Amino acid sequence: MYTIDNKIELICPAGNLPALRAAVDSGADAVYIGFRGGNNARNFPGLNFSPDEAKQGIEYARKNGARVFLAMNTFPQPEQWQSAIDSIDTAAELEVDALILADPGLMDYSRKTHPELRLHLSVQGSATNRDAICLYHEQFNIQRVVLPRVLSLAQVRQVIKEVPVEVEVFGFGSLCVMVEGRCSLSSYVTGDSPNTAGVCSPAQAVRWKETEEGRQSYLNDVLIERYNKDEPAGYPTLCKGRFYVEDNLYHAIEEPTSLNLLELLPDLMKCGVKAIKVEGRQRSKTYVAQVTSVLRQALDACFENPELYIADKQWITQLNSLAEGSCHTLGAYHRPWQ
Amino acid sequence: MKISIGPISYFWERQKVFDFYKSLEETPVDIVYLGETVCSKRRELSLDDWLVIADQLSKSGKEVILSTLTLIEAASELSYQNRIALNERYTVEANDMATIHNLNAKHSFVIGPHINTYNKATLKLFSEMGGCRWVIPVELGKETISTILQERTPGMETEIFAFGNLPLAFSARCYTARAHNRPKDSCGFICVDYPDGLPMFTQEKEPFLILNGIQTQSVAKQNLITLLDEINELGIDIIRIMPQAEGTIEIIDLFHKVMNGEIQPTVALEQMEIFHSFGKCNGYWFGDEGMVWIDKTNKQNKSFDSILE
Repeated sequence: MYTIDNKIELICPAGNLPALRAAVDSGADAVYIGFRGGNNARNFPGLNFSPDEAKQGIEYARKNGARVFLAMNTFPQPEQWQSAIDSIDTAAELEVDALILADPGLMDYSRKTHPELRLHLSVQGSATNRDAICLYHEQFNIQRVVLPRVLSLAQVRQVIKEVPVEVEVFGFGSLCVMVEGRCSLSSYVTGDSPNTAGVCSPAQAVRWKETEEGRQSYLNDVLIERYNKDEPAGYPTLCKGRFYVEDNLYHAIEEPTSLNLLELLPDLMKCGVKAIKVEGRQRSKTYVAQVTSVLRQALDACFENPELYIADKQWITQLNSLAEGSCHTLGAYHRPWQ
Repeated sequence: MKISIGPISYFWERQKVFDFYKSLEETPVDIVYLGETVCSKRRELSLDDWLVIADQLSKSGKEVILSTLTLIEAASELSYQNRIALNERYTVEANDMATIHNLNAKHSFVIGPHINTYNKATLKLFSEMGGCRWVIPVELGKETISTILQERTPGMETEIFAFGNLPLAFSARCYTARAHNRPKDSCGFICVDYPDGLPMFTQEKEPFLILNGIQTQSVAKQNLITLLDEINELGIDIIRIMPQAEGTIEIIDLFHKVMNGEIQPTVALEQMEIFHSFGKCNGYWFGDEGMVWIDKTNKQNKSFDSILE
């Protein structure tokens, strides 16, 4: 939907009730959460909501003028099917503001069983073009698509002009360099992937080894990264280590860095992006509060006066200090990155 | 069971492509998938060229399917796959939902391995939209496949990825161009120098992945030749062999001989060792990590073949 006067919604992550309250208090327009268990893409130990906690979260958000979206964005296999549709029924009972789904079978179930429930197509649905998005709209009546982090700004602009649904993009957080929903690297090494279990490079597969060459991080038996004594060690996300290609050692896939679209906000607003999403349901409430607060200020400033908007240096510094690798990138939105 | 040849995943020179498909004419292959599924910049062959190859293979008795691009972003990519979708001669393998949309339930199609079909409800849905064959996503193991196949969807065939480097991920970024410090938009078609992809190694010098333009593959070859009896028992109709820069004909021959009971699977496997110089894997079938090799006769004997070799 192409509208010039587009106030962009800020969609923030919450892995538990304190994080949800922090997001709402810091200015999120909506918070996205997941139920416990393997049916959402942040299936981490100690994280996520029981139905009762979700209810409390929804009450808190509504009281403060915010909405709550529920993400169920894995692709359930037969043994997970019943629990997945039970979760959809629960989400409908809780009257969540939107359900974020990736699996066509689940979307079909939701549409037929709970036609009143608003559906968003998850980033895991891998819809990167007009015709794919139209299919999800026609088949399942999705009202919004979350775009994979692979499109350039020009491509985002084109998609928005051509699709009959709202478009949400990732604005800040860890950067997935692969097309979401189309990456099995994690299950290749660890047995579990975002599609099958809602995890990437899961903690139970992480091993550390101190060697003469430095501290080494592994996923199962695969060496992901080796750190010198003075280098800070990061989490061994599979695609963010240094590897050899033709005898050159470098970040062959991607550096450990965060996506940050602060400087693109006026462009995103002009092209009609409906909402910006922050990655990080696994993060602390402090992180959520800080990121939400900076993005709230930035979005408000941009909406007030898009022509004069400049991404404040202090905001960038603050976000970099929270970011993976303490630095940021525009990712695929900026064509030379590709 | 039938044997299919998946689409060529690498960028081969034009003549190599023609020669490869000519060489398939006399093989016991039943089905051939044609076309570019990875990178829209690889245009050594036009759609008309592919159709010439399709006609020749068709004349030699092969079933021909036209495969489509997996990651579709640009308008030009959208219109190219639309031309393929609307061709009147051959069935299409859809690797993106855009293609299914363009087929508009008017033509039957193959649900490609990059369409996420992980449960019965999704398979049934695609069947209603015209899906006539399901290529199983590589992550799914035999327990899951078996459950999905318990209630066969009428008119739906099942195909499994039986030999080749596993297609594991797609990205907007081109890793082959990155390896040469070139931006994607001026890649110089460097992929043509790597007819089996570009291997990537860990800092312990263990082979890990294959970079193939915007696609990332396993460095180990998935090889299910010792599991064909189980695959058959589950009711899987077709085994897919991926085109290799060298040795595809020999690999087809070995699969065919095992399927006909002419040689033992373990003997065939020994003869195939030269084709997995970076190791072999079959873990996904057992519901394990995809990269491991599990000896069927001894489930405990799980090893990282790609690393140990």
